[in-house]
Amino acid sequence: MREDFPILDQNVHGHPLVYFDNAATTQKPRAVVEALRSYYEHDNANVHRGLHELSSRATEAYEAARARVAQYIGATSADEIVFTRGTTESINLVAQAWGGKFVRAGDVILLTEMEHHSNLVPWQILAERIGARLRFVPVRDDGTLGLERLDQLLTPEVKLFAFTHVSNSLGTINPVAELCAKARAVGAVTLVDAAQSAGHMPVNVVELGCDFLAFSGHKMCAPTGSGALYGRAEILDATPPWHGGGEMIVSVTLEKSSFKKPPHRFEAGTPNIAGAIGLAAAIDYLEGIGRSAIAEHDARLTSYALDRFADLPGMRILGPSGERGAILGFVMEGVHPHDLTTFADQRGLALRGGHHCNQPLMRRFGLPGTTRASFYFYNTTAEIDRMIDILREAVRFFA
Amino acid sequence: MSTELEELYQEVILDHSRRPRNFGTLPNADVLVHGDNPACGDEIHLGVHFSPDGKLEEIKFSGQGCAISQASASMMTLKLKGKTRAEAVDLSRAFHDLVTGSFAESSETASDRDLSRRSLGEGGKPKLGDLQFLQGVRKFPQRVKCAMLAWRAVEQALAQNAGEASVTTEAES
Repeated sequence: MREDFPILDQNVHGHPLVYFDNAATTQKPRAVVEALRSYYEHDNANVHRGLHELSSRATEAYEAARARVAQYIGATSADEIVFTRGTTESINLVAQAWGGKFVRAGDVILLTEMEHHSNLVPWQILAERIGARLRFVPVRDDGTLGLERLDQLLTPEVKLFAFTHVSNSLGTINPVAELCAKARAVGAVTLVDAAQSAGHMPVNVVELGCDFLAFSGHKMCAPTGSGALYGRAEILDATPPWHGGGEMIVSVTLEKSSFKKPPHRFEAGTPNIAGAIGLAAAIDYLEGIGRSAIAEHDARLTSYALDRFADLPGMRILGPSGERGAILGFVMEGVHPHDLTTFADQRGLALRGGHHCNQPLMRRFGLPGTTRASFYFYNTTAEIDRMIDILREAVRFFA
Repeated sequence: MSTELEELYQEVILDHSRRPRNFGTLPNADVLVHGDNPACGDEIHLGVHFSPDGKLEEIKFSGQGCAISQASASMMTLKLKGKTRAEAVDLSRAFHDLVTGSFAESSETASDRDLSRRSLGEGGKPKLGDLQFLQGVRKFPQRVKCAMLAWRAVEQALAQNAGEASVTTEAES
């Protein structure tokens, strides 16, 4: 399978590349790159408007990609899938279009302390504009959500409960179905940030019981700039347009316009056609491996890495000790995350150092930042051994 | 050991980061500047006491950050003690040029790498002395902010003259 990812087979600063920054973005298999090439070499045209052959092919491939995404996340209909640039744009769409209409002054938007800035800042902007209030489910010391506080926080004033499926810096896997059920019981709409889960484990919107689900293609083998928003049909129907422009209208006069039904209502302008096609190719590739198999490989690597980390002195690992995603945030005594990340890079090891778009969470743990290793199905235990050697060397170098 | 790493983390730099000089609070500070680098969480609290004739008589810092930001701050305090405002401003400019590589790129030949013997005093340029050990930062553009944090704070202290201020390496709107 490594041969599907030619990028992995290279030296960086004179050492074999070990790519452990998969929570930031994953590498793309040949099948995805080939799908893009094939589209641009044979079928490229604009969608939904040309009356010529290439436009028909492009439209067909684009809409087939939508159906593929719907099937992948268990949506009942392709009409529930809006193509976006990724998780961030998906959440902003919900905040501005749905939130702009349905959230009123004094309403509460419930989030958690572990949200990525992309599932925090859009709600801050909305709350500021509307006069709504933000509330947060606290994070326990072990990196799990303080669910004992949920009943107290999830009151009828809560209009929306938005939370992440898998934390991008703690690796925590949240109990999405349980959270959605509790939110529904008080009449709150739910949004799940599936950026770190969609490419790593089975995700089924009906089983999870969420109203919205957002994810990015680039964190699951697809091109950057591809992604989707799932919205339950009834809620998406009630949501007014977001961006205005071509493609999303039925008829336009100088004074006013009427708009298409979802999902096209939310896709103004020429979409990222190749991105959607690449996303469908990535889904084919991932399903070829099997998401359960990916989740098992993630778990095996994570547990192996945790065991090996235990050998290192002065190591503090964030997040739960039990079941978790393939994301390990850690701090090493005497070595700042940025020095460590620079050191590792010079050994060919790609880690991420910093706040991981989680400034409030870092503050919660009293840390300026962490170093993060995040794995995917193409990573190996031998690469983890290599990381451990490099970390040992870094401690000797800096301490 | 890769050459770039050795150039970035010279022993002098590691020594300053492990045992920063002039680290602590300055009770008689005329100006206190809180500096931060939100992109990486580095923080510095810089205190400066000016002499009656306007020189930087005492300068101390505290805070936390990577080896580069700590070493840069430590070496800066040694360099700036006793300097006039104008000298401090010139040094800050010269240091910025050094770490961004916009200074004397052409002179960076193998023989020039012996930094301890290299003088920047010619042509009216202020002498950076030990600060030249931070030259390796220019190969790591994402670390320039780490090296500049303390200097941004001291520039603010000079502009401010008295009282307290904050400064950040990220421009906010």
